[in-house]
Amino acid sequence: MNKHYLYALLAVIVLFFVAYVGAEVFGLRYIFGVLIPYLAVIFFIAGFIYKIMGWARSAVPFRIPTTCGQQKSLPWIQPNKIDCPTSTGAVVIRMILEICCFRSLFRNTKMGLEEGNKLTYRLEIWLWVFALAFHYSFLVVIVRHFRLFTEPVPFIIQLLEKVDGFFRIEILYDTIQFGLPGVFLSGLVLIGAVTFLLLRRILTPQVRYISLAADYFPLFLIFGIAFTGILMRYFTKIDVTAAKSLAMGLVTFHPTAPEGIGGIFYAHLFLVSILLAYFPFSKLMHLGGIFLSPTRNLPTNTREKRHENPWNYPVPIHTYDEYEEEFREKMVEAGLPVEKPVEKPVEEKADSSA
Amino acid sequence: MSDLPKPQEMLKTDRRPPASGWMNTPAEIKKGIACYAGNPKSLKYVGLPNPRTWSCFDEDWQLPENWQEIIHEGLKERLERFRSFKIFMDICVRCGACADKCHFFIGTGDPKNMPVLRAELIRSVYRNDFTKAGKILGSLAGGRPMTMDVLKEWWSYFFQCTECRRCSVYCPYGIDTAEITIMGRELLNLLGLNIDWIATPVANCYRTGNHLGIQPHAFREMIDFFVDDIEEITGLKLEPQFNKKGADILFITPSGDVFADPGTYTCMGYLMLFHFLKEKYGLDVTWSTYASEGGNFGFFTSHEMMKRLNSKMYAEAKRLGVKWILGGECGHMWRVIHQYMDTMNGPADFLEEPVNPITGTKFENARSTKMVHIAEFTADLIKHGKLDLDLSRNDHLKVTFHDSCNPARGMGMFDEPRYVINNVCNHFYDMPANTIREQTFCCGSGAGLNAGEDMELRMAGAMPRANAVKYVHEKYDVNMLACICAIDRAALPAMTEYWVPEVDVTGVHEMVGNALILPGEHKRETDLRLEPLPGVEAETEDEAKEEEADE
Repeated sequence: MNKHYLYALLAVIVLFFVAYVGAEVFGLRYIFGVLIPYLAVIFFIAGFIYKIMGWARSAVPFRIPTTCGQQKSLPWIQPNKIDCPTSTGAVVIRMILEICCFRSLFRNTKMGLEEGNKLTYRLEIWLWVFALAFHYSFLVVIVRHFRLFTEPVPFIIQLLEKVDGFFRIEILYDTIQFGLPGVFLSGLVLIGAVTFLLLRRILTPQVRYISLAADYFPLFLIFGIAFTGILMRYFTKIDVTAAKSLAMGLVTFHPTAPEGIGGIFYAHLFLVSILLAYFPFSKLMHLGGIFLSPTRNLPTNTREKRHENPWNYPVPIHTYDEYEEEFREKMVEAGLPVEKPVEKPVEEKADSSA
Repeated sequence: MSDLPKPQEMLKTDRRPPASGWMNTPAEIKKGIACYAGNPKSLKYVGLPNPRTWSCFDEDWQLPENWQEIIHEGLKERLERFRSFKIFMDICVRCGACADKCHFFIGTGDPKNMPVLRAELIRSVYRNDFTKAGKILGSLAGGRPMTMDVLKEWWSYFFQCTECRRCSVYCPYGIDTAEITIMGRELLNLLGLNIDWIATPVANCYRTGNHLGIQPHAFREMIDFFVDDIEEITGLKLEPQFNKKGADILFITPSGDVFADPGTYTCMGYLMLFHFLKEKYGLDVTWSTYASEGGNFGFFTSHEMMKRLNSKMYAEAKRLGVKWILGGECGHMWRVIHQYMDTMNGPADFLEEPVNPITGTKFENARSTKMVHIAEFTADLIKHGKLDLDLSRNDHLKVTFHDSCNPARGMGMFDEPRYVINNVCNHFYDMPANTIREQTFCCGSGAGLNAGEDMELRMAGAMPRANAVKYVHEKYDVNMLACICAIDRAALPAMTEYWVPEVDVTGVHEMVGNALILPGEHKRETDLRLEPLPGVEAETEDEAKEEEADE
């Protein structure tokens, strides 16, 4: 066992039990249902702003976009407007493609060695596919949860639920009633994608080698969140009305922690709180960072439009005059034009400089 | 070279990571991989810190006592000055998409040559010194204190990166290892940790205007040698101009082209092109001995040193009163010009917005920087039918094109050189799609690593590029690898000799020079390398014999 994922897994398990036992056995519903979620949201918002402000405070001295397509140069050469954007509009499109479609990850290739001596680079789309599946299913799950924070539930969220739940599986026995309520695809995709990303990290030797505990922790955490969510919805069943009254209490600042929701719910909520509080202080901030990445968010017209460096300072340089001073005689001898004529006889000066 | 493993052995490099975690595996500084330390004289000349005689193989690197503090403060300063650096320290998720994109990882199999780990070498210290999580959780949060082992690791791996930016193409957040290596090297330079193949060219360039330390009169002499060769080839005596005030255009190219084959043939190509344009259209181009270097090894030292060396371009253009500047074929030179020069040393308001006086084309993409790439310039001339070209003189060449890293990923220059090549030769074949254009592989010797003592590293790093060259060599019988970079022209011949000996290396403007019909030239019997032209041999054999008999 690699200690990195062991620690991360243990941490999530401990967190789960802290909340479960705390709420179920010790009845600390107010702490886990109200106080900690509020704290987590404060941490998340304050931390997120702090981090973004920190980045924003740092200067952008040079315009260093990575050009991933033909530049705009001569009028008859077709430029690649998106991968080598020169206008703000094109940069926006490049950024949208990066943020919404993971454009760069889509380029991913996998190196191979064939016939013992041919290096190959084949398209490797699975990381891209599962990364997209993961992020979008997570987004749908989050948006879907707004039904718990809104009254009446906006039409758009109801519609999303309908679409998400179109895929119906019903297993109805007296003991198991799976599929009632209707199965949400997003939850299953999320679990599947998280599992893929985890297994990839654990099983691919190179990826395992670079992975830190901080890489496994969010994956286990999100797995735990999705798992407890699915457990509540399809298996243990909770009192949704009570859960909603807690959620509504939180958003309307009239917090209550009603009875009868069950320990799993509090564990779920606690893991979400941990995720929120952890977010700004971790690599999860790539959510904010991607917007500010200087190799992607700057136009490539660097020779066309001057970029100002806020801290550009004067540096010592070797001027032409100093240069000519040192080499004047040799320049004159070689027939090169000079600014000042040679003052002394050539021989003497040559001796002293040697 | 004799210690080099065989190509076939190198291909089978084990790319599986070792059992011990990377944080606890100190770097092994090996012969064949490491470069020699910077000469103290060179450091002193340009005022770089801690000049002394030392070797990376020594136990004691003779550092200032407070070196940890210097690194900490240096990191802090750079985090404030460069948003790129700060963001790249924070947002990597270690997805590993960059891992097998690096030519050095593919070639050496060393896990610390995965771009993600190269960056983690600094990130781990950043987390330890600057983040709450790292301070509290230590290695669990991926943090570790700065120790001598870590410093040696930095030195080893930041001089195993050519700043080619291939990883940044694939990174979902655009994390650019070049940027990280640049910062890493800046920090190392604060302690006087440099390599001589960078430090001495920097000092030379500062003093004489070029990396090779060629003094003005010698620079002229070298160009005069080419003039003699060209006379032998064409029967025409060219008269290149130097430091000429009031010329239309100042031309700056890397001094490597003046100094070493096959760059010298490219240089002859430039000379012939300028002669043609002067004779036919009266275009007045001047060379400069003061700004006789396009390349900028300051870029591999620090932002400040880059600015100091680059300042000569605008200063000389201003002194000579030219209209605008034309730049030769070079890789990192063009990254500096395209993305840094105007910001550092501009605005160049004393120059005119570049217009090609022959075609009337406005180079709008260079409106502010006022420097045009020669591939853009020549492509424009060809498009307007302004050059007289005989493509058959390049018929002995089956050409492929190596997109040099910096013009590719720091500029987006792909079609201009291809257009020129396709118009000066008849046989052109691109390498496989995943190895060209923005996905191009580095020559393995860029960013100052083109030394002799790190040949094993260079050949390993060149493996992916060479493998793609071999592919087109076997498929299309390609025998010439064209490029638009002086480091390429210096580095790729060693690569082809090792990996694909049947293929030679050329600059694009060497082929232009071959094809260009100069007004009044005699019938050419050789190409610019003084090798017989195809077809001519048979035709002229008899004449040659007669001539010999006469002599």
